Amino acid sequence: MSFFLTSSPFIARRLFLGRSGFMLSGAAVALLAGKEALAAGAGAADPRDVQILNTALGAELEAIAAYQLGAESKLLQKPVLDLAVTFQGHHKEHADVLAKTIEKLGGKAVVAKATYNFPVEADVLRFAAKLEQGAVSAYLGAVPLFGNRDLAKAAASILGDEAMHWAVLRQALGEVPVPSAFMA
Amino acid sequence: MSRVGPLIAGAAALCVAVSAGAAPDALRGEQLYARCQACHALAVDRVGPHHCGLFGRLAGSVPEFSYSPAMKNSKIVWNDKTLDRFLAQPLKMVPGSTMTYDGVQDAKERADLIAYLKHVNDTPECAKAPEKKAWAKKP
Repeated sequence: MSFFLTSSPFIARRLFLGRSGFMLSGAAVALLAGKEALAAGAGAADPRDVQILNTALGAELEAIAAYQLGAESKLLQKPVLDLAVTFQGHHKEHADVLAKTIEKLGGKAVVAKATYNFPVEADVLRFAAKLEQGAVSAYLGAVPLFGNRDLAKAAASILGDEAMHWAVLRQALGEVPVPSAFMA
Repeated sequence: MSRVGPLIAGAAALCVAVSAGAAPDALRGEQLYARCQACHALAVDRVGPHHCGLFGRLAGSVPEFSYSPAMKNSKIVWNDKTLDRFLAQPLKMVPGSTMTYDGVQDAKERADLIAYLKHVNDTPECAKAPEKKAWAKKP
């Protein structure tokens, strides 16, 4: 089963995966941001920055669990299943970087819950798209709150990745991939 | 051409006036609710608590949900007014909240969101929320 509207799902997947190098730069930015904040002086981190990162981490851990559930549901087939696994990998990278940054800033990173309670939705892909759209909005709402501009930049980097996930999932659902010029 | 400018300006002013005075739109609120769905759901707790049964609920009171001390001690009761204030600037109203979100600046968008949350509370989607289940168990 293919949800893709491109002439070749295989080509679409290859194109997407081929660009995954861009995602790593986001992680690097976040790590650097953490180091820079540390370099400014131990204990200098804004507690609110740590809380913002922890809230984001909580959402990332939940997204990882959601994709895991989707992958194990047997409701997704290649190439969409591969995309879901790739996106889950990105969320794992985000979570790893967020947790490390929180620790570097002297905070205590939240850990994944033992169980997650997801809304019952038959359409796994649509649920994932909702998660990704929400993630874009959540990061957008967090970026202006950071005291440390490097952390804001790192969060914006993750936001860009979430936006790409959302667009690709919309495409897979047969919807207009980028429905508007602005996000809120 | 010289008449076009004032006409456009007049039409724009009219649109703004209509928009400013328009009744809250629950359908539009449902679309806006997509922004909340990284952390919230209607009937189940996620990173944030569920929203069914929100109106009249004491902030920080959903059983088994882990709130920040700030929210737990806020003594806020959620209604149109408190929700509007919180959505506008969550961290200004409850400093220390884990809802680290800049807020919904547009008053009409807040009103639409609130209208949706009210509307959806009476739909089957909220029937499975913990509060409603508790109701169902009562004799």
